[in-house]
Amino acid sequence: MSTFVEKLGSIDRRIIFIVMALAVILPLAFRMSLPIKIGEGPSKDMYDAVEALPNGSTVLLSFDYDPSTMPELQPMAIAMAQQLMTKDIKIVSLALWPMGVSLGNEALISVSDSLGKEEYLDWVNLGYKTGGGVLIVRMGSDIKSVFPVDYDGNSVDEMPIMDNINKLSDFDMIISLSAGDPGIPSWVMMAGDRYDIPIGGGCTAVSAPQFYPYLGTGQLVGLLGGLKGAADYETMVRVGVEDAPAGTATPGMAAQSVAHLVIMLFIILGNISYLAGKKKKRGAK
Amino acid sequence: MRLVIPLAITFVAGMIMILQFFVPATQSVGESLQEWYMIVASAAIFLGAINLLNVHVHKIRFKAPNWKYSPVTIAGFSVMIITGIFFGIEPGKPFDYMFTQMMVPMGATMFSLLAFFVASAAFRAFRASNWRATLLLLSAFIVMLGRVPIGGMISPKIPLISEWIMQVPNLAGQRAVMIGAAMGMVATSLRMIFGIERSYLGGAD
Repeated sequence: MSTFVEKLGSIDRRIIFIVMALAVILPLAFRMSLPIKIGEGPSKDMYDAVEALPNGSTVLLSFDYDPSTMPELQPMAIAMAQQLMTKDIKIVSLALWPMGVSLGNEALISVSDSLGKEEYLDWVNLGYKTGGGVLIVRMGSDIKSVFPVDYDGNSVDEMPIMDNINKLSDFDMIISLSAGDPGIPSWVMMAGDRYDIPIGGGCTAVSAPQFYPYLGTGQLVGLLGGLKGAADYETMVRVGVEDAPAGTATPGMAAQSVAHLVIMLFIILGNISYLAGKKKKRGAK
Repeated sequence: MRLVIPLAITFVAGMIMILQFFVPATQSVGESLQEWYMIVASAAIFLGAINLLNVHVHKIRFKAPNWKYSPVTIAGFSVMIITGIFFGIEPGKPFDYMFTQMMVPMGATMFSLLAFFVASAAFRAFRASNWRATLLLLSAFIVMLGRVPIGGMISPKIPLISEWIMQVPNLAGQRAVMIGAAMGMVATSLRMIFGIERSYLGGAD
């Protein structure tokens, strides 16, 4: 028995990989679903902050991520765009990451088409510019000099959505969907603190803990952390909306639940083996 | 002169960036410096692209270790540039097709591999070897369960305890790290402005 328990500690990693793969694939293949319960927390705070914006407000949406973090952040972008456009809030978007601009454009076009919104009137994608924090500071005094044309090369001066937008303080809120730097910290430090603009955010699950100090001080009005944050948001946005399209984060939560249980199971097995080995060593002494 | 000129530029630029917060007269100079930064940063992208090509051509020429991956890198790089320049980057064009159908799934795949390595690493390294490690292990279990719906199904208290761990012990630790890093950043910046820290000059001293 002791030998078997000790052997548990040396399971081939290929077996771990296969079990993990099955833990992710099977719930998705069999469309397993688990109820998403929304409680008080950063996701709800984020939703409430957007809901509190009056119709006709303008929000800056920054797509600060790339394809590697897209599975977590793209569902947030889509759900966020759905909520904003449904509330007739105008979206001015940009990207601090070069590949975020295409992903953001994809999300905005899909939601805009489904809700019958118009580019340049209800939303615009300004594109990508390098510079990170410095770019944000420059936008604080003059956005149109930093982005004279949008992603498609059209002059921003001729866009109705940009009529009353000249600097960062003209926005009612800034939301950054961030996978790293530049991202949420840059927006908080360079825009939120400097120009007193409410900042909201979405980030990957691994980076969420580092943004809790900003939530504690109110520098972030809300935060969507990882796939869970995206699923929470999808659920809240879909409440009361008939025939709302299902997002990709909510079905993923079942797979993530099983994957977490599997990881915990492996940790427990590893510890049983470790404690058995420790006990055996003590007995030998 | 090789040392004095870069140090003088750093001192003047650094002082202007600080003074612009306190002396309105220096604000326009500070804004000009910010624009210069963005121009230099944009130019650095082209330098990076040229450097990437240079590194891989060098690897192929001298048959450096793993050089066989370099032609793939150069081919991918060239195809994306050529299709982007000649056909445009709008949705439906070859550049956009390759981005959405190749780049996006490959990027997502790379990040997804983390799940497998995390599972394997946690199995081998996450041991309850003493009371502190056991506390960490228990916290990890609660947060892992609290971040997925199944945690709330096991007990409605798990998500609440998970959120408490994130908002109290985690926040305290993160705040300490942030304050420490910020103070380090201020100290390093001052050392650079006053010419004490010179490693950024690439060993010119």
